[in-house]
Amino acid sequence: MPTIIINDEKIEFKEGMNVLQACELAGIEIPRFCYHDRLSIAGNCRMCLVEMENSPKPIASCAMPATDGMKIKTNSKIVKDARHGVMEFLLINHPLDCPICDQGGECDLQDQAMYYGFDKSSYKENKRAVNNKYMGPLISTIMTRCIHCTRCVRFSTEIAGVDDLGLLGRGEKAEITTYLEKAMNSELSGNVIDLCPVGALTNKPYEFQARPWELKKTETIDVFDAVGSNIRVDSIGKKVLRVLPRINEDINEEWINDKTRFAIDGLQKQRLDKCYIKENERFQETSWKKALDRIILQINKTSSKNIMTLSGKLSDVETIFSTKMLFDNIGSNNYECRIDNVRIEPKARVSYTFNTGIARIEESDLILLIGTNPRWEASILNARIRKSYLNNNTRVALIGNKKDLTYDYEYLGNSLKILEDILNEKNDFSLLMKESKKPMIILGEAALARQDGNCVLNVCRKMCEKFSIVDKNWNGFNFLNSSISKIGALDIGFYNESFSADVQKNIDKFCSNKESVVFLLGVDEIDMDIFQNSFVVYIGHHGDRGAHRADVILPAPAYTEKDSLYVNLEGRILQAHQCHAPLGDAKEEWKIMKMLGDMLGANMKFKNLHELRELICLSNELFREINVLHKNKFSTFGISGEIIESPIVDVINNFYMTDPISRSSKTMAECTSDILKLNKDALIPND
Amino acid sequence: MLKAENKIFSNLYGEKDWRLKGAMARGTWNNTKELLLKGKDFILEEVKKSGLRGRGGAGFPTGLKLSFMPKNIEHKPHYLVVNADESEPGTCKDREILRNDPHLLIEGCLLSSFAISAKACYIYIRGEYYNESSNLQQAINEAYENGLIGKNACKSGWDFDLYLHRGAGAYICGEETALLESLEGKKGQPRLKPPFPAAVGLYGCPTTVNNVETIAVIPTIIRRGSSWFADIGRPKNTGTKIFCISGHVNSPCNVEEEMGIPLKELIEKHAGGVRGGWENLLAVIPGGASVPLIPKSICDNVLMDFDSLQEVQSGLGTAAVIVMDKSTDIIEAISRLSHFYMHESCGQCTPCREGTGWLYRMMTKMIKGDLLSPEVDKLLSVTKQVEGHTICALGDAAAWPIQGLLRHFREDVEKRIIEHNKIKEVA
Amino acid sequence: MSRHPGLINKTEFPQPDNFSWTEENLRKIDKIIDKYPKKRIQSAVIPILDLAQKQNGGWLSQKAIEKVAKTLSMSIIRVMEVATFYSMFNLEPVGKNFVQICRTTPCWLRGSDKLTKIAKKFTKCELGQLSEDKLFTIVEVECLGACCNAPMVQINNDYYEDLNENILLKILEDLKNNKDVKSGSQIGRINSKPLKQC
Ligand SMILES: Cc1cc2nc3c(=O)[nH]c(=O)nc-3n(C[C@H](O)[C@H](O)[C@H](O)COP(=O)(O)O)c2cc1C
Ligand code: SF4
Ligand code: FES
Repeated sequence: MPTIIINDEKIEFKEGMNVLQACELAGIEIPRFCYHDRLSIAGNCRMCLVEMENSPKPIASCAMPATDGMKIKTNSKIVKDARHGVMEFLLINHPLDCPICDQGGECDLQDQAMYYGFDKSSYKENKRAVNNKYMGPLISTIMTRCIHCTRCVRFSTEIAGVDDLGLLGRGEKAEITTYLEKAMNSELSGNVIDLCPVGALTNKPYEFQARPWELKKTETIDVFDAVGSNIRVDSIGKKVLRVLPRINEDINEEWINDKTRFAIDGLQKQRLDKCYIKENERFQETSWKKALDRIILQINKTSSKNIMTLSGKLSDVETIFSTKMLFDNIGSNNYECRIDNVRIEPKARVSYTFNTGIARIEESDLILLIGTNPRWEASILNARIRKSYLNNNTRVALIGNKKDLTYDYEYLGNSLKILEDILNEKNDFSLLMKESKKPMIILGEAALARQDGNCVLNVCRKMCEKFSIVDKNWNGFNFLNSSISKIGALDIGFYNESFSADVQKNIDKFCSNKESVVFLLGVDEIDMDIFQNSFVVYIGHHGDRGAHRADVILPAPAYTEKDSLYVNLEGRILQAHQCHAPLGDAKEEWKIMKMLGDMLGANMKFKNLHELRELICLSNELFREINVLHKNKFSTFGISGEIIESPIVDVINNFYMTDPISRSSKTMAECTSDILKLNKDALIPND
Repeated sequence: MLKAENKIFSNLYGEKDWRLKGAMARGTWNNTKELLLKGKDFILEEVKKSGLRGRGGAGFPTGLKLSFMPKNIEHKPHYLVVNADESEPGTCKDREILRNDPHLLIEGCLLSSFAISAKACYIYIRGEYYNESSNLQQAINEAYENGLIGKNACKSGWDFDLYLHRGAGAYICGEETALLESLEGKKGQPRLKPPFPAAVGLYGCPTTVNNVETIAVIPTIIRRGSSWFADIGRPKNTGTKIFCISGHVNSPCNVEEEMGIPLKELIEKHAGGVRGGWENLLAVIPGGASVPLIPKSICDNVLMDFDSLQEVQSGLGTAAVIVMDKSTDIIEAISRLSHFYMHESCGQCTPCREGTGWLYRMMTKMIKGDLLSPEVDKLLSVTKQVEGHTICALGDAAAWPIQGLLRHFREDVEKRIIEHNKIKEVA
Repeated sequence: MSRHPGLINKTEFPQPDNFSWTEENLRKIDKIIDKYPKKRIQSAVIPILDLAQKQNGGWLSQKAIEKVAKTLSMSIIRVMEVATFYSMFNLEPVGKNFVQICRTTPCWLRGSDKLTKIAKKFTKCELGQLSEDKLFTIVEVECLGACCNAPMVQINNDYYEDLNENILLKILEDLKNNKDVKSGSQIGRINSKPLKQC
């Protein structure tokens, strides 16, 4: 390994590192503002200057490749003076308004000014004032504080893939803005708040809400899509104030999408925190005892064959497992998680997971997207595709609706019949598939939630076999699922095989013409009319469509209010933590199931969460390993048959509102009217 | 004094025909094919031996620079880019080549490009030079039409394309990497180095950037031989050079002279002397706005070349001699330059963006003497904070004129402050 | 003036509703783009902005900038960055005669201040202001690279050199009266040749 000499000490470093990184290896912190390891190097703040032997001037360590034998000094007078000087320049036009700045307490400029700065400025001229820019409902701007590091610009063009931010003008008049002060047209825009080293770009909904040291910080998992982004939730009392990303290189690196970050105001609205019973078409508040009694009464009135439960988008593994246990115990296997009618093969795990893994997208050289809009269904995953597109020259092709995915792709058309052509080498794309070293196909829910879904699956499987999409070291078959509950439910076996042919139709059939009892575990995205003759128990946290239809409502905690397991789209088990106690009377679903079970004389073999989790692991060993990407054996799936010539209809038509929490969020409503419109405009082909 | 027969730029003033016919009559394009057939290495070697140093300001040995280009050409195209951005205050020499002898430059482009295996060359000309670019474009068209450039240029078997690209007003685009950014259709913000253009230049390909004058003298060097060129001037400071003499002289002008000519001789022989006589001289900026001024005492004897001027803590820069007589408010003269650097800073890096404005504002106050004595030290220390800490040399260029001022005229500065404060007290 | 260039739509002067290329300019665009490698047509942004500015009477309107972005398949913000970086692009209307007076040291040493004064007086305008008859905009600029012929001004494409107040005044008057004016040195010099041969 090459070595570098830093302050007379020899340090080994990896080829390709820059001097700043090598210094970090040596345990020496180099101050910086513009440098960020996930962005291109700008070298413009000049804070990281160090002394290099044989160089008449100090060098920017972030921009200088480390080389063998190089001699660096980070503690000399030259370096100190340089940092001093740069710091002074950064502060002369900075408003120094820390007491009223949201970044206060977590500001790079503030911290570094303490270490490297002066106590008193000798700047006697007027400070420059810069107009604030409107940047949409999510980002607040105080542009006088901007230090022109261009991290925000680099993020938006490089990572988010939208050329929306720019540095207009030149010299000291240069200003960061969007064109015509439009909102940044990206689902990832909030990340610029974290990247901005000063308080120029801040979290608008969080503005003036709290100081960082007052917050309780909980490390947990995001649930708004099936990516399972690692997040930190900051709360005070029973209020979630903000969400920040945590680094997980395999999943979200250090980004999160705007729904993850900003939909949390939805946690304060439309909440169910009491039990309700519907009497004469009106909900009456009631006690747990009365509510549960009412349910037991109804269950006892009917046979277990007439009882059914459906799981929703946000259900955690504990909820699903305890519900299944209850149902198995009382002799009903009418449970189902596939209410979106997506035709996966529940017995073949490989058919419903993202087998390549998010991180390994970067290795792929060819990606075929089928009936999916990864930008909206899994924004973070889409950022990986873009990364691969940029760094690995990965070619992308799409079958489905045309859309702006933030990278170029070859458009193959909007018919799944094209898959047959590719398979039969009647499409030019077959050649690319053949030549590719690490091809991927990414199958979306929209491609499988159709009559011919099993046949589509079948053709895709055959493609995998024909084009060596799957081999010993590479599995390029991927299903992109958009809800965090789905894979956990399938792994637990929360489905009814007799429904498989057409889940929606069979549920409908089940409910019609009989007095069934239906449990909805936070289910809101289903046609409620089919429950006309049913007694509906809604267990959830928001007064959304499901609750409105319910006969009894049992309040449950939202994702920030309980400890849970989730399984992300890759099939990775993730552990979420409680940030604060549930609101009002709400109880964890597994506790509700336990109570119901005990009342019905079912054998609920656990007393607490710990025991429950042990049972979960016993039922499926996968659950023992947290945050591990499992290899799923490739097996047969799909049914041969004809693919129907009908266009694919995307599953999400508003990124900002996809579930009861985001539908209750005012911020998400603002995004819908402000940003979504931009996106739609951008998609309309001009001229 | 340079003998007439040793002049390279025989149509510097545009008194003769600048078009192909005129140029050929002056010897341009004469046997270019034979020169090419002598081979790349021959040309490179001749340029090296001639001792030619870049005429764009930094004075880097041209032969060495050309030899930095990778030798294999399979992977990526190579480019020559000619820097015709000429924006250094005081400098107006490339303009004369561009409008009065464009074929000299075009032939130079062909020979130099060939030497570095570049099949394409871009000339980046400052946008304000509208008429100059029009002449140059016509000359390029003539060269194409006559088979001098283009496919099988001069029937040498070498294909060569030459394109003219106009800028749009930004001094910083004279900095070679900013120029490349600008040529790629972006803001002209200098790049970080390394990598240097010879490795990663225009469109990510190996590129050499040279000044107009540098390229324009190369055909004559090859034709007349490196030793001819090397014998003019002084060791390491060889050849002829166009000097731009402006300011307080009786007849400002451009003139081609021998490197190392004494400054006094240059001014008196060619520019009609200092207004009011040599004794009326206050100071000279000898190499364009970016170099520190020198007071009369130094001007008396200094020679005009890279090394001599460096010895007196100044520089030859672009050889733009700005003469100031005793009537000059030297503080305002320098403060005008501070304004220039503030206006032209690209705004990319902190010390330059923030420092140039600060310097200018302090300089403005200093014109009136409206500051306190310790602030003069602050001014000096701000120049030191900028100098050497920026991405490109514009930061240094902003610092040096002020450092030069304080080095040689600090007494005057202090005096003005005292006087101003006296007046203030009285009031 | 717009509040900042990001808000180019909110200017005090009216913005034209549209901008479309003339046939002639479309042909020119093709020629310009041809100079650059196929995947690098963004290189043409300065020349194409310049073309748009000429077509639009000396300044770039919002629609013109958007048109350039579309012509080169660039995002508008990247074009805006270029349009606001280079001093030759005007984001507001300018007079038929766009007079740029060089203010940098070599010209200043030879009296450029006086030129500015007389030009302001003549047009009754502050620097940067469009004269009432829309014939003139006077601005001060940094070194135009004709220092041996100082002081000098640029009016539209041409340089006027070796000036003094009276000569400039005469030029401005002639321009106002639509008379021909000769560019270059105004004192009978040949380009930058010394006046007295030594
Ligand atoms: C701020 C700045 C402005 C410059 N302007 C010019 C210029 O206008 N013309 C020029 O030829 N070189 C200019 N240079 C120097 C170039 O960067 C580069 O050194 C030169 O073009 C190399 O050519 P040469 O080796 O032939 O001198 C400038 C440098 C800096 C730092
Ligand atoms: S807004 Fe923040 S991130 Fe963007 S350039 Fe300014 S300081 Fe950097
Ligand atoms: S961190 Fe290196 S220049 Fe900013």
